Amino acid sequence: MGAAVIVRRAVLWLDDRLAIAPFLQHALRKAFPDHWSFMLGEIAAYCYLILVATGIFIGLAFDPSGTTKVYHGTYRPLEGQTVSAAYASTVSMSLAMTGGLLVRQMHHWAANVFLAAIVAHGSRIFFTGAFRKPREINWLIGVTLILLAMGAGFTGYSLPDDMLSGTGLRIAISVGLSIPFVGAWLTGLAVGGPWPQPELTGRLFFLHVFLLQALIATAIGTHVAIIWRQKHTQFRGPGRTADNVVGSPLWPHYAFKSIALGLAVAAAVAMLGAFAEINPVWQYGGYKPAIVASPAQPDWYVGWLEGALRLWPPWSLHVFGHMIPAIFFPGVCLPMLYFGTVYAWPFIERALTRDRARHELLNHPFEVPWRTGAGVAALTFVAVLELAGSDDVFARFLHVPVEGLLLTYRILALALPVVAGALALSISRELGKRHQHPGERSGTTAIIVRNARGGYDAMEKPS
Amino acid sequence: MLASVGFAVAYALRADTQVLGTGLFLALACAAFAFAVWAKQLLAPEEVCEEREPLPGPEGAREEIARAFGGERDPLARNRVLAGLVAGAAALFGIAVLFPLRSFGRNPAGYRNRTSWKAGLRLVRDDGTPVRADELAIGSVLTAFPDGHVEDADAQTLLIRVPPDALELSGQNLGVAPRGYVAYSKVCTHAGCPVGLYRQASQQLLCPCHQSAFDILDGAKPVSGPAARALPQLPIRIDEAGYVVALGDFLAPVGPDSWERP
Repeated sequence: MGAAVIVRRAVLWLDDRLAIAPFLQHALRKAFPDHWSFMLGEIAAYCYLILVATGIFIGLAFDPSGTTKVYHGTYRPLEGQTVSAAYASTVSMSLAMTGGLLVRQMHHWAANVFLAAIVAHGSRIFFTGAFRKPREINWLIGVTLILLAMGAGFTGYSLPDDMLSGTGLRIAISVGLSIPFVGAWLTGLAVGGPWPQPELTGRLFFLHVFLLQALIATAIGTHVAIIWRQKHTQFRGPGRTADNVVGSPLWPHYAFKSIALGLAVAAAVAMLGAFAEINPVWQYGGYKPAIVASPAQPDWYVGWLEGALRLWPPWSLHVFGHMIPAIFFPGVCLPMLYFGTVYAWPFIERALTRDRARHELLNHPFEVPWRTGAGVAALTFVAVLELAGSDDVFARFLHVPVEGLLLTYRILALALPVVAGALALSISRELGKRHQHPGERSGTTAIIVRNARGGYDAMEKPS
Repeated sequence: MLASVGFAVAYALRADTQVLGTGLFLALACAAFAFAVWAKQLLAPEEVCEEREPLPGPEGAREEIARAFGGERDPLARNRVLAGLVAGAAALFGIAVLFPLRSFGRNPAGYRNRTSWKAGLRLVRDDGTPVRADELAIGSVLTAFPDGHVEDADAQTLLIRVPPDALELSGQNLGVAPRGYVAYSKVCTHAGCPVGLYRQASQQLLCPCHQSAFDILDGAKPVSGPAARALPQLPIRIDEAGYVVALGDFLAPVGPDSWERP
């Protein structure tokens, strides 16, 4: 009995009990528009599956405890040293367990690719105006997913309790400490007392493997369910209107393409996990509050926040016998302002354009120059901060003093977004003037009809 | 399929990360290639066109919903007083269940703004050995803790020796930095990282996290980068036996600032 027969029997067995045939009949013919940019979100989804699969393996091998023990194992330099159980199990998993390092590195790489794919997908949605009515809810869920994924990434690389992760946590706690009124209590309850406390590892583990994953899985499920309900957007083109969706059917064309993509993403992550070393915690050593490595670099999706901390000048605010420390502005205000604007964008645009209509057809980026300009400026700003997050590495590489680079980045962070945004705006305007929409160019402009005398008449395209 | 077998065999032979990863890559990449070829070459291209559903829902259903919520068939809308009580009870309950969060930690006032340093405690290294003044050459630095409290992260201290008359401290601060020995908190006042780098030529301490630089000779005041406050000084003396001893806690609160610090 072939596999196809088994699947057929299973589907019919289910239909006998749940009457799923009408749903499947409709679902299998669902139209998926063919455009490469529609695959970015899928890359993110497949990364999440890889993260769950590798995460199960790591979760079973990891000891989420901050209590200390004496390390005995295959890694000679650490022999006899007192380290946390979390750190010792991470080192053992990496160096003594067959396949352990591969899975750990695949997990870490998949997290980096996951966030990159989410940001790329979000940018596609932004620049093509796919967030407009009726898709505002999915925009809000998508932005929430970026934050949840950042949280999962940060709690994840904080778990091994190595020097780098301990330093990152210390910085995060200091940022939390700066929040007016509640900072000291909030961070004190999070840590469990004065920095550092051994129970923090267990708390992070719970957040990382349960709470955040429950939220992410729910958010992804809702995100996809809403797409299913609202159907995809599409670019304009022959036969494509605001009232229909044209594309490959889910089964078999689109499913095969998507499976191929998922396997390719997994293959790429396997390659990275095999050959690109990432977070070699045994080289860093266990966390000790008085020791720090230089240079110390976070994962890329935290790098821009790190850059903001480095660039903000030492301006504290003193109010009525209290203070707002300087770190509050780049550490708390900036990300809140940034993500607040991103969250609110569909509503900001609605208020500015007074456009309350339903939009099922996508814009090309040059069709709405001011939106494209704003998006390019926002991305440029983050890119400068990201670069500033490794200014000490560049300073060493270029043999220049880090103070000089700091001033350069401060100027660039203010000037470059304006320049890049203005440039994108004028390029979009110019393109908009010169070109028609590519879809319309190839579309029907006139209908040729053969007349009674055997000649041809051209009729205007009915609109 | 061959690659999958290869991966399994490699695992059984306890192969390297690179060999295992290559096996996994080959298995996945071959399958991806197969599906891609199948989708592109073997399936006849087909395009489907679906109609979109109208938005919003049908008018009759909308009116029905409007009556049930906020309309004449909504008990909450008909009795404003009871509805207010329900909302108030829910809000109070929401606040009440937050109280047990208090059990997750101590009152920060108990540990913020003080460390384990006390008058008479010797400076020791992280292995507990006490620091003798003559062990430190001019232009060198070491990390010290209070004797018996090497686990207190807030108490970590940098003991630096500079030429005796190089320090530009004011009278009170100079008196507790004898003969060019000066001690500062190692916890950065910006984000709490250990200020681990010593630039001997410019007599500066540099935090490796965000590149704040502090002037050792001038009371560890910040001279560059994002830190806004000087590293607190630890008052010390050198006792008769030549050991370095604290005269009390730091002269200012240690570590990153918060709302409570004016």
